[in-house]
Amino acid sequence: MSMPLLTALPASGPSRLLSLGPVDFAVIAAYFLLVLGIGWYLKKFAATGDDFFMAGRRMSAWIAGLSFLAANLGSLELMGWAASAYQYGILAAHWYWIGAVPAMLFLGIVMMPFYYICRTHSVPGYLQLRFGGSTRLLAAVCFALMTVLMSGVNMYAMALVMKVVLGWDIHFSIWASSLTVAVYVALGGLLSAIFNEVLQFMLIWLGSLLIPIIGLVEAGGWSGMVARIQQNFPGGDYTHMWRTMSDFTGNPMGIHWTGIVFGLGLVLSPAYWMTDFLVVQRVLAARDLRSAKMAPIIGAAFKMMVPLIVILPGLLALAVLEIPLVGESEAVARGLHSYNEVLPLMMARYLGPGLLGLGITALIAGFMSGMAGNVSAFATVWTYDIYKPLFKREAADRHYVTMGRGCTILGVLVSIGTAYLVMQFGSIMDYVQALFSFFTAPLLGTVMLGMFWRRATAAGGFWGLLAGTLSSIGMWAWVKADPGALRYVALSEHARAMAENMYRGLWSCLACVLVTVAVSLCTRPRPAAELVGLVRGLTAVPPERGLPLHRRPLFWAAAVCAVFVILNLVFW
Amino acid sequence: MRRRFIPIWFFIGLLLDFYGVLILGVGLYELVRPPAVTVKMAHLHAALWWGALLLGLGLIYTWKFAPRGGAEDEPAARGRSQGGVP
Repeated sequence: MSMPLLTALPASGPSRLLSLGPVDFAVIAAYFLLVLGIGWYLKKFAATGDDFFMAGRRMSAWIAGLSFLAANLGSLELMGWAASAYQYGILAAHWYWIGAVPAMLFLGIVMMPFYYICRTHSVPGYLQLRFGGSTRLLAAVCFALMTVLMSGVNMYAMALVMKVVLGWDIHFSIWASSLTVAVYVALGGLLSAIFNEVLQFMLIWLGSLLIPIIGLVEAGGWSGMVARIQQNFPGGDYTHMWRTMSDFTGNPMGIHWTGIVFGLGLVLSPAYWMTDFLVVQRVLAARDLRSAKMAPIIGAAFKMMVPLIVILPGLLALAVLEIPLVGESEAVARGLHSYNEVLPLMMARYLGPGLLGLGITALIAGFMSGMAGNVSAFATVWTYDIYKPLFKREAADRHYVTMGRGCTILGVLVSIGTAYLVMQFGSIMDYVQALFSFFTAPLLGTVMLGMFWRRATAAGGFWGLLAGTLSSIGMWAWVKADPGALRYVALSEHARAMAENMYRGLWSCLACVLVTVAVSLCTRPRPAAELVGLVRGLTAVPPERGLPLHRRPLFWAAAVCAVFVILNLVFW
Repeated sequence: MRRRFIPIWFFIGLLLDFYGVLILGVGLYELVRPPAVTVKMAHLHAALWWGALLLGLGLIYTWKFAPRGGAEDEPAARGRSQGGVP
């Protein structure tokens, strides 16, 4: 989901932030050896297409749920949101709570039955079943392109972080990490990606959790931290989530509560968590419907806790760092540290030999889990949704597995190429991120109407998706050409980039819905019998009534929802 | 017949065992011979108790999810500790 990439780090910093010792290198080396070993071990279990692309559809709810979350928990996410927490305070936690939890619960309880019962292998695959080949192809091509390009952008940004933080050669970082991912995903397919994501999830937590623990001890607990922040930054409110959002100028993010609730909570977050195949693929690998419903709920429970290791370190830095951090350009000009360096600075502050290696391993693991998610999803969509219908409709299962392995390597190589392109032309990074945002919000409208409105037709689905995507591109170009247009697109001339993204997503999703409805009403719908298993009201979803309470997904979704409400009230 | 695989938790256990021994070792060494330059809050001896925690977790996972004899080439998804099931 839209995350603050660390694009502004200087490519040639004056000195490294951290120095690793032999114990730290041993920790990192052990991690690399194990992920490669797991890939090698799982190769024999990935012989068929179902094994390679869908992990044999035999993952438990826990494995699928943790993998679902880990595929999103990249290292740039960790560092970027820690930087945002330093800059904007606890407002950044909105991206973990209202910006994730409701959508994940809705996916698990309401949408998963349709994805799972129709036995699709991908989100474009669902669109094929519901709307036909044209919509599937449009979605698949956009997704495949965006996935490898974004992967390259993340790769470059990560290599830059490693250069600035550790002084590592940028080429070494790019090739070592991406080739490792290529090898283990090409060997074991989605099974290997999921296994390693669970490992990476554990390492991210165990490598990052010490910072908030020690930081809270130093700051004197939560109340001590709040008091210190008020002392260091008088007048600023960094520890309340909602009370500063009644107008655009009342908070450092320049955002109104309507943008958070409607733009982030109702459009951008559902668009990512419910329709982005990168994360949905992990849930489709669950072994039964109950596990598939539980996986996003387990993911949501852990997602609510991620601010502990991401947002809290940023807040603690506001309280305990002796020298304030500044924006990137000012940091370069004055030789200071920037917001983007807050997590490495907190690592350097608290973590000694061995623990520092574990912290850096957590960052590397985060990067690799994100990249593995990208390439495994790319391999599936390319093979099943582009190559198979367009180039080789009938072939042996083994042929498609070979194709999947090949395009895993190809996906990584294209990502590396993108990383080098970004290295030469930095502005490409902004365009690639914008490109990604064009497509995801309209896709939500298409999938939701497909699942919940039986009258939606194939023509409606295709033209709605196209219109939503084009309207998003149009609004982006309008603001680029005339910055004054921001007051129309984002409802305020004071809106910042994040607010603009949210409103653009909201309008493009609405455009998609309106066009889909209009075209559908003018075209002939498919017979109800053809929509069984695809649309609510025509699909028999197995009831949960026979299960004991503690095994019912609805019960756990309600529990997670209650904690979500309490957290928002506590930090109101 | 679907082949079952060693649960991921076993591999996680192995890695945590290694990390635990390494970091606990560093913690003990620093306890005996405190380094000249230390990090903030060094008096908490984080390496010592975090290393012990990693080792403890690792041992639990390694023991609980260790592959037993004849684990492979049997029907999948029967036992709770097989097929990647936690």
